[in-house]
Amino acid sequence: MTATGTPSASWEDLVAVALLGTDRRAPSGVAPGRSAPSALLDAAAAETVRRRAGLRPGRAAPRPEPAPEDPRPALPAAAARRLARLLADRPGTGGGGRRGTAPDLMELLPQWLAAANARGFAAPAATLPALLDAARGRTDLRPAALEFAGPRALWLARLNPDWRFALRSTPGGGTALPGPEETGRIEKLWQEGLFAERVALLAGIRSRDPDAARALLESTWPTERAEDRLMFLDSLRTGLGPRDEPFLEQALADRSRNVRSTAAELLSALPGSALAARMAVRAAACVAVDHTRDAPTIVVEAPHECDAGMERDGVVSKAPPGRGERSWWLGQLVESAPLASWPARLGGRTPEEILALPVADDWTGELHAAWCRAAVRQRDADWSRALLGVPSAPEAGGPGAVSLAERAKLLSTLSSGERAGWVAGFIATHGLSEAFQLLGVCAVPWAAPLGRAVLDALNIARDAGSYPWSFSGVMGLAERCLDPAEATRLDGLLAVPEEPEDASPGAGGYWAEAFQRLGTTLRLRAVMSEELGAVRDTAG
Amino acid sequence: MTQQGVRWTTDQVLALAPDAASRKAGSKLGAAGPWSETGSSDEGAVWGLCRGSGAGSYRTVVDVADGSAPAYTCSCPSRKFPCKHALGLLLLWSDGEESVPARAEAQAPDWAERWLAARRGRTREERGTDARGSEAGPADPEAVRRRAERRAERITAGATELEQRLADLLRSGLATAEQAGYGLWEETAARMVDAQAPGLASRVRELGAIPGSGPGWPVRLLEECALLHLLDQGWLHREHLPEALAATVRTRVGLTRPPDGTPLRDDWLVLAQYDVVDPKLTTRRIWLHGLASGRTALVLSYGAAGRAPELNLPVGLTLDAEVSAYPGAGQRRGALGEQFAPPAPTAVRPVGVTTAEAAARYGSALRDDPWLESVPVTLDGVVPTPDGSSWQLAEADGDTALPLTPSATAGPGCGVWSPSRGVRPSPSSASAATAASLP
Repeated sequence: MTATGTPSASWEDLVAVALLGTDRRAPSGVAPGRSAPSALLDAAAAETVRRRAGLRPGRAAPRPEPAPEDPRPALPAAAARRLARLLADRPGTGGGGRRGTAPDLMELLPQWLAAANARGFAAPAATLPALLDAARGRTDLRPAALEFAGPRALWLARLNPDWRFALRSTPGGGTALPGPEETGRIEKLWQEGLFAERVALLAGIRSRDPDAARALLESTWPTERAEDRLMFLDSLRTGLGPRDEPFLEQALADRSRNVRSTAAELLSALPGSALAARMAVRAAACVAVDHTRDAPTIVVEAPHECDAGMERDGVVSKAPPGRGERSWWLGQLVESAPLASWPARLGGRTPEEILALPVADDWTGELHAAWCRAAVRQRDADWSRALLGVPSAPEAGGPGAVSLAERAKLLSTLSSGERAGWVAGFIATHGLSEAFQLLGVCAVPWAAPLGRAVLDALNIARDAGSYPWSFSGVMGLAERCLDPAEATRLDGLLAVPEEPEDASPGAGGYWAEAFQRLGTTLRLRAVMSEELGAVRDTAG
Repeated sequence: MTQQGVRWTTDQVLALAPDAASRKAGSKLGAAGPWSETGSSDEGAVWGLCRGSGAGSYRTVVDVADGSAPAYTCSCPSRKFPCKHALGLLLLWSDGEESVPARAEAQAPDWAERWLAARRGRTREERGTDARGSEAGPADPEAVRRRAERRAERITAGATELEQRLADLLRSGLATAEQAGYGLWEETAARMVDAQAPGLASRVRELGAIPGSGPGWPVRLLEECALLHLLDQGWLHREHLPEALAATVRTRVGLTRPPDGTPLRDDWLVLAQYDVVDPKLTTRRIWLHGLASGRTALVLSYGAAGRAPELNLPVGLTLDAEVSAYPGAGQRRGALGEQFAPPAPTAVRPVGVTTAEAAARYGSALRDDPWLESVPVTLDGVVPTPDGSSWQLAEADGDTALPLTPSATAGPGCGVWSPSRGVRPSPSSASAATAASLP
């Protein structure tokens, strides 16, 4: 804001006189004395109004660059309104408490974003600030929210310090990764980029063209720092294949121990690699079938030493406190040996038959746990199935050494349909109290048999008279993962049942409320996906 | 009084919420799940049963016939007004025909119909009383005149005393004000309250804050002292002023009068609505723009602490209504008179001006009211531009700009420009705002 012309001398003069006081300095053209202050104020009033009336706009700062275009098609109107509602439901305003019958809108936002991204819609410009705020509050939302918000959100984020995270989470501060044909830019970014940019670049190329990414990494490998080598090596997990073997074999001789063990782990995930073959020989020397007993039994002779060759292949010689050295070494050999080598070694038996054999001298737990780790690492569905066993078995089939977390990992190697079927069987036998972790690895929306099993189990839990919040984790999952088509099956569950005598007081009402919320959420999800014009996604 | 079957927008409904928690709770209930027996009539009634947490259901009825002052009833025990059920029901209704079907009011359930009938009857009665009430004059004109005279005398005494204080200050110099601090001004302000001149009192109180307001304070203090002196002199010589300016002086000193302008019927576009919250009182300021007359009016509505003021005019809608101006030259404040239709959406926006024209408009408005601090302007073709740590609205095709108030972070639309503080924008319709924020 600037006043017209140069500041008038008389105004400056008036301010100076006013500061000092008329007793000390007389204003020009005014007689000193009793009337001086009043005359000064008269002149100042006229000058103030004159100055204000003559105000002009100030000089403009450099204008921000125009926002980039978002070429994606606009969101359908109904979906845009829905998004505004979902974004308006901010956490922290409702003050905890009971959840009531209304759906948890914020929890549906990830799903909505995934569906909108799958359809490739552009975010309405007016929702960008709310999207950025939502992504700021919840890191798990960031990737999907930023993808949906698109290039204009990054442009906007540069103008508000609160949204800096958006620039950090996107490599290159919002500049897109170079395309496959831009070899010059790739080379430049790889040579000169920041560490995070380089990791993102490598991961991006690896997902498109695994060989090119490895070649890029090899070009600078000897000059990288040890901790950087470890991170880069880790990004080779994506698209790992036999062609990576020579490079990984070379990394087994790396100066850094962590790099060596990661390389060994990656090689052991390649059942055809030379390292896997060496491990198979070592492991086979420790495990055999003894036919001299009444029934065929597996006998285990754990290694007596960890030689230099084993160490070079990634075996850690020092056992963690509380574990015997020999069993520690055995575990590492068995988990790195290709599972496919065991049937030949153990008399042509199938995985099921091998796992059914008794193991001498209490080695069962150790041996089966190592096979579990191997099945997960080598993503071997046959062994996983055998290790999981029948879901309805008293201890869920698998050996006692298999924890819930390991079962969840084993499940992830199976096809989504088989996974859902196994978890459904597990819930039908064992109820929901152990099921949360297993449900987490099932594909969304849940396949019909799984959805039915969860609903039946919830119904049984209600009839048993416990409170619904004992199952709040599963309830929340069901709200997000159950197929909306199951909503009709809920109708029978909405009524408040008569309380059995031994039930917790009031539980029936709370259950009806929880089922109501489940039904409302499912219907809302169906509407949401219709609004986005999504084809009803089928289970599986 | 009604506009047939026009459903509100989501924003319009959410603007009714008394606080953020209610907005959230209402949003959650704005889904079909807990609702049954819903319906809405062409007369502007919406009703429905909401299943609560217990066994029972709450009966919720909303009457939006009078769009700017909807009425609610709900059998829930909440003390919020409107409660979350009413908000949820309106949100559901705003979704459209599939969510809340249109029905004749006669088909409404008994509980809804009873309340609606009682309400419709009462509203008619009130309208009748209003008409009679305005005809009846004050009881004793002579006593009223004597009271007014006594008050004018007190104000004159206050203004004279204030002139004395100002003269003392200028005689010893503004530099002494820095040492004197707040107390001196607080005491003088209290004297002005005693003199029944609240306008003078609040100006005096603001003087106290200036010495601590950073570099350049002597200039600001001299300006404010001079304007206060001008107001004092205006009051003391009000007989010699033109009638309109005298009315402005009276209003500025704190003598409020009822609006006396002829009611102006127009399609009033709601430019801005924002609340100024004070521990004791929430003041809602609503800026209206007459589409035919081109006039801009400020309507105030008050709510007790923690309650949303009753009047709610969603931004971007137009209202066919009468507005009468308060007395005084350059007076923007108006009173909302009769409304002929509920607010309706419109695509019309006031024609914007350039930054230079905005500054010039403030300059010419000072002719009518030299104490004017801000003027409403609609800027066109401006780009919000970062300028160091603050923001400005820069001409898209020029090199001039107006600064934004530090608190302004919303998108631009129509704003109130104050030379000392900058433009305070209020988000107008979403599309207009984004067109400007994403050039």
